[in-house]
Amino acid sequence: MTSGTSPTTSVPLVGAARPGLLGKLWRGNLGPVLAVVAAILVIWYVAAVLMNWTGVSERFGRMGQEATAGTIFWQTMAEDRPMLPAPHQILVELDKTILDVAPTSRRSLVHHAVETISATLVGFLMGSALGVLLAVGIVHLRTLQKSLMPWVISSQTVPILAIAPIIVVVLGSIGLRGLIPKAIISAYLCFFPVTIGMVKGLEAPDRLQRDLMRTYSASSWEIFWKLRLPASLPYLFASLKVAIAISLVGAIVAELPTGAQAGLGARLLAGSYYGQTIQIWSALVVAAACAALLVVAVGLVEKVVTKAMGGRP
Amino acid sequence: MAGSAARIDAAQAEPTRDAAADAPVIDVRGLSLTFQTADGPVYALSDVDLQVAEGEFVSFIGPSGCGKTTLLRVIADLERATGGHITVNDMTPEEARLKRAYGFVFQAPALYPWRTVGRNVELPLEIFGLSKQERRARVAQMLELVNLGGFEKKYPWQLSGGMQQRASIARALSFDPQLLLMDEPFGALDEIVRDHLNEQLLQLWAKTKKTVVFVTHSIPEAVFLSTRIVVMSPRPGRIIDVIDCDLGPDRPLDIRETPEFLRIAHRVREGLRAGHSYDD
Repeated sequence: MTSGTSPTTSVPLVGAARPGLLGKLWRGNLGPVLAVVAAILVIWYVAAVLMNWTGVSERFGRMGQEATAGTIFWQTMAEDRPMLPAPHQILVELDKTILDVAPTSRRSLVHHAVETISATLVGFLMGSALGVLLAVGIVHLRTLQKSLMPWVISSQTVPILAIAPIIVVVLGSIGLRGLIPKAIISAYLCFFPVTIGMVKGLEAPDRLQRDLMRTYSASSWEIFWKLRLPASLPYLFASLKVAIAISLVGAIVAELPTGAQAGLGARLLAGSYYGQTIQIWSALVVAAACAALLVVAVGLVEKVVTKAMGGRP
Repeated sequence: MAGSAARIDAAQAEPTRDAAADAPVIDVRGLSLTFQTADGPVYALSDVDLQVAEGEFVSFIGPSGCGKTTLLRVIADLERATGGHITVNDMTPEEARLKRAYGFVFQAPALYPWRTVGRNVELPLEIFGLSKQERRARVAQMLELVNLGGFEKKYPWQLSGGMQQRASIARALSFDPQLLLMDEPFGALDEIVRDHLNEQLLQLWAKTKKTVVFVTHSIPEAVFLSTRIVVMSPRPGRIIDVIDCDLGPDRPLDIRETPEFLRIAHRVREGLRAGHSYDD
């Protein structure tokens, strides 16, 4: 039936006929990843040329210079404050702000990234702990499920940009400054996926697994430690991966309205004040790299825990 | 968990030898259970009478919906009867459950996938608060009993279905309950594995002298294993026949070709058929 409806499936793939090294790489992860990166770079360069073209040609006009299309073309990728910087400009900026300056310097992106990541991690730990606690409460007490769940959900409908300054000001008035307000805003954002995932995970054991505990007359405490908690861990890790990325966003957002002196958010804000688009974009690239690192780190912990719990390799 | 050790001692001391001779382990009189559903009441059990004496191997057999599993779950206090009277070891099912009077084997092994086989068997012992040393000794002994010696460190997914179910039997026996409740434990296994496990279960029963209540939908399985077969029928779930079936202590699988075996199997089948025609 399948061959009748789709005759193309019987045509052998060209690549399959000669499996060289390139072919192998292509069928692994590397090929697709490189293809996507190359496509993004091409699109990016095209976009950079197109978006900066008008600005460059107008400036040549204002200075009364005749410019050929070729000159304008090359200048679109070498502007100080381009509308959209070209990838290599960002790489040069990253090189300048990461490799060329001491990591403790205020001009170093490492310094700013560390600032933001510490707030991210503290907020992540607080938010995850809160999320797990809420989930445990919601699973064990019916009244909590009815009374808390609407608040948990509505907390996430409030725009964080609107309440972040309020939180910072309120905490500042009681003497909390620096890392803690940022961490609290991170925690506010990242507890939500943990609560939702953990509630689902704690409810995951099937009827037989729960009946078994009942035949032992196990207490809720024993059911929690020996059944619900281990059964919930795969759900917890899925949530934690989401939560740590959101937590980073929370820390950056918290740095925006607060006049923070350091952090990736402060760097973004300073960049936009002075129209330093290259600085903004390099901060964005660093933020993305941090998010990737954090998610990968959670993934590694997950791998270790899964292995210790006898997961199928 | 200071009370746990005391509770398990009570469970083991419960069926005192002299009292057990006359008092049945399970005493069910006029039991009924009605589920209220959106489509009206479902009569899962209706006026059920049954006594199970110590050391018996009693099978419940019948088509699906006849209440055999429900009856077993009432005995285990996993369901509550809505009428009638039931005692387990002269206690209510709830008291018996709290005193850990029985081990339960489910349709599926229900092993916890994050625990090794040994730690799965150890689970009830942990909950009952036994010392680590005693837990280890019992786990080794139980795995030996179900021929799973050496598989202690394996995870459930590394075992076949039949081995998993044997591990779950070891878990049910680990705290040495006098009563073993089994709910179609071999229903999901293929025939050859099932035959093999039937033989092993029989040996286990002879060795441990437990009282076993066994739910099945297989006539050969029921006749091969049981000392008594309870034939049940659906709508409403009730007992329509109780057949004594003592084929003697020594039963090779070949016994299933003897006239005696076939006579009992025939009577079970007749009972099941009668229950059906009553409904149609």
